[in-house]
Amino acid sequence: MLKQIEGSQAVAEAVALCRPEVICAYPISPQTHIVEALGRMVKSRALAPCEFINVESEFAAMSVAIGASAAGARTYTATASQGLLFMSEAVFNAAGLGLPIVMTVANRAIGAPINIWNDHTDAMSQRDCGWIQLFAETNQEALDLHIQAFRLGEELSLPVMVCMDGFILTHAYERVDIPPQEKVDAYLPRFEPRQVLDPAEPVSIGAMVGPEAFMEVRYLAHARQMRALELIPDWAEEFWRVFGRDTGGLMHTYRTEDADTVVVALGSVLGTVKDTVDELRDRGAKIGVLGITCFRPWPAAAVQRALLKAKRVVVLEKSLAVGLGGIVSTNVRTSYAGRPDSVHTVIAGLGGRAITRASLARVLGLAMEGELAPLEFLDLDMGAVERVLAREHELRRSGPLAEAVLREVGAVASRAG
Amino acid sequence: MFQIRIHGRGGQGVVTAAEMLSVAAFREGRHSQAFPSFGSERTGAPVVAFCRIDEREIRLREPVMRPDALIIQDPTLLHQVEVFAGIVPDGFIVINTRRSFEELGVGDFVQGFHAERLCTLNATEMALRHVGRPVPNAALLAGFAAVTGRISLDSVIAAIRDKFAGKVAEANVAAAREAFEFVERQAEKRSHAQAN
Amino acid sequence: MAFQPIKFYQTGTFTVGNRLLPPETRSVQANMRRTNSLNSGHRACQGCGEALGARYAIDAAMSATANQLVAVNATGCLEVFSTPYPETSWQIPWIHSLFGNAAAVATGVAAALKVKNRKHVRVIAQGGDGGTTDIGFGCLSGMFERNDDVLYVCYDNEAYMNTGVQRSSATPPAARTATTMAVGSEPGNVFGQGKNLPAIAMAHEIPYVATATIADLRDLEYKVKRAMEIRGARYLHIFVSCPLGWGHESELSIRIARLAQETGLFPVFEAKRGEVTGVSKIRRQKPVEDYLRPQKRFAHLFAPSPHVETIAAIQAIADRNIRRYGLLDGAAA
Repeated sequence: MLKQIEGSQAVAEAVALCRPEVICAYPISPQTHIVEALGRMVKSRALAPCEFINVESEFAAMSVAIGASAAGARTYTATASQGLLFMSEAVFNAAGLGLPIVMTVANRAIGAPINIWNDHTDAMSQRDCGWIQLFAETNQEALDLHIQAFRLGEELSLPVMVCMDGFILTHAYERVDIPPQEKVDAYLPRFEPRQVLDPAEPVSIGAMVGPEAFMEVRYLAHARQMRALELIPDWAEEFWRVFGRDTGGLMHTYRTEDADTVVVALGSVLGTVKDTVDELRDRGAKIGVLGITCFRPWPAAAVQRALLKAKRVVVLEKSLAVGLGGIVSTNVRTSYAGRPDSVHTVIAGLGGRAITRASLARVLGLAMEGELAPLEFLDLDMGAVERVLAREHELRRSGPLAEAVLREVGAVASRAG
Repeated sequence: MFQIRIHGRGGQGVVTAAEMLSVAAFREGRHSQAFPSFGSERTGAPVVAFCRIDEREIRLREPVMRPDALIIQDPTLLHQVEVFAGIVPDGFIVINTRRSFEELGVGDFVQGFHAERLCTLNATEMALRHVGRPVPNAALLAGFAAVTGRISLDSVIAAIRDKFAGKVAEANVAAAREAFEFVERQAEKRSHAQAN
Repeated sequence: MAFQPIKFYQTGTFTVGNRLLPPETRSVQANMRRTNSLNSGHRACQGCGEALGARYAIDAAMSATANQLVAVNATGCLEVFSTPYPETSWQIPWIHSLFGNAAAVATGVAAALKVKNRKHVRVIAQGGDGGTTDIGFGCLSGMFERNDDVLYVCYDNEAYMNTGVQRSSATPPAARTATTMAVGSEPGNVFGQGKNLPAIAMAHEIPYVATATIADLRDLEYKVKRAMEIRGARYLHIFVSCPLGWGHESELSIRIARLAQETGLFPVFEAKRGEVTGVSKIRRQKPVEDYLRPQKRFAHLFAPSPHVETIAAIQAIADRNIRRYGLLDGAAA
């Protein structure tokens, strides 16, 4: 059924359709609307049987999820940013134990300095923990990916993180098609756990493993994720057959067939990128887009195929490896057969700064003329940066960095555009 | 694509206005997108929300830089925030006020715009009478519908009933109807005046 | 035949059951068909109070729940010595997640059982003092506050033992640990710190809070059984001796635990919804010195010369407990 609703609401409805049995939640912007909606559904018994637990921290949220999943319940939680970090120990634990928990991460920047707006730092901080990481481009894809996530996680016995841009997607109203319960039931069978805490068949879960076996256990975790590379496209295809939508899978390409330049990105910015690419195409540029949906496991072979004919690759990412440069671009470079320096990193949108067609067109134009630096920060106010550095050079007691920068950019509340 | 930017202050229902507008467009079978600008939310602080309407899927996610229409819920913002930034030359401007553009001090600015695309209405006063609270958004949306002709009053009313329930919904609907009729009457007066 | 009530008296390690008593009044441990939930073969130290306490507690819980039990274990000595990969000494469904989340994981298990209509299966969360009073405190408080249907058992040996005897918020004043060394003007752990977890549990007004020691098996078993008759958040704090960490002979574990109770340093009581409902009276009060002397962690209080004031301060703590909880006959609760 078509609806015009907020992204969070769409995700909540999709999760509810998956018949979760235990939902635990700790509030953090910008995921709160998702769990509030689910809480309302449970309390009104629109979603039943389901236990909704208000936990005391994100660490508790993931821990409760671990217990519930280990006891055989289909389990869901959601978080963002600081919350994801706070539960990081448990996030690794869930993956190591092989529990198919599904979690929404409403991507948000990580402090200090504290920032509630969108970027991908949070998800990227957990990229190697063993969770499957999927990134949604639209609210439709966000809700569809949750349905696929439960299926994927339970089949593989791995937890799945569905990432959607905080505020940009979570708080945006757009048209979505909510599938009927019967179709979701057809696609997503009952949860049959690989391991379960049951007095009838006692097992010990979570034993200590020493040097004699740890490498094998970790190799198997890696092997499981690699298996996901085969299964994800299969289930995306089955999803298409059942629901009629081409959602999910490892990636989506747009106008890459004859592209010299390919822009690679994750998440909602792909929409703006496609509009920009259309404008550039109208002016004769041979440019295309690669949208990565499955970031972990890293779809190396598929990325390599998609970039085979590209002479240059511009990776536009909302994340930063401090001290190195790009995170996504570093991953992309491992799958690009051409020269490594043909892969450019454009860091953009950190902390929610708007990414505009105009800025994208400018930076892609530079790339196509071979004048783009290897590492570029989109729309960076270099003047402000230099003034702050000059002040630090002169003054030992230069004060908190964040304040210094804010003063330099003359931050005004709510400037339009 | 038709782009609208709504300015106001926290607590005036600016975000709700954008959402209702998107729902109204949805009800007419069009694609629409609504989202707030992501500044700190505090009652009284300047707030901006955006809405896009198109016949095809909307992929763009940047803030509305070149609005086709502006709805200004709080005229005290006029000289504080760059509310008019980027507005297209043949754009629509709807302001919630009992004063005129000249009295507001923006008479010079709007000189270049089409007169029939400019609109002031006292939406707050209408809201106070019907709803009992100074929430001008429903009335302003109806005024927007009247002055732009881009959305029907029926769709606006359906969107209001979608967002609100019971008496609150009907009170907002009444305010919307009054605003719509007011703007239509103004348009008639103007076209008579021009004809004479 | 006249009815003769038989009073129980346990000394040292004698007598786990009494054949004169009808079977149903004997201890769970006396029963040949006890579950041995924590089976032999684990790698605990000789004389480990925690191993003893865990076996007592879990067997009692199994008996009380017709063997329908799931255990969630925090990281620590118990978890480590009971599951040396690839072996496990647990005969029950058991999960170890992290150090600080046993209570939260148990909440999750209980929620899953409830949603699946299997509420007859009960959940125990267990951890040492470090995992309970420090790093696990947040999750514990959350579980209490929500009144989740979990019995949390804390095995308190008053330090982080598995990592090498470091101080926790359960470490008593003057005790030597690796991070409160017996040097300087105030050797050992300082006075004026520490958490009283049973009191904090009571402050949450949960249905049942109790303390016990490994020296009184029947009391411990009774409290576990009592706890399992109740639904909601329950807390059992068990004093367990640690020969290695405390520096005493391994055969003295039970005796030292009894001395902790008989000096008044470890009050043994029951409470419901924040109010004490029963105490184990001290039969013959012992001076704290009797308890402190056999433990090397307090050796600096006696040699090279006795720290008379410190020992008096510890005695004052014991006296305060006795007064507060009414541990002596004639003393009001």
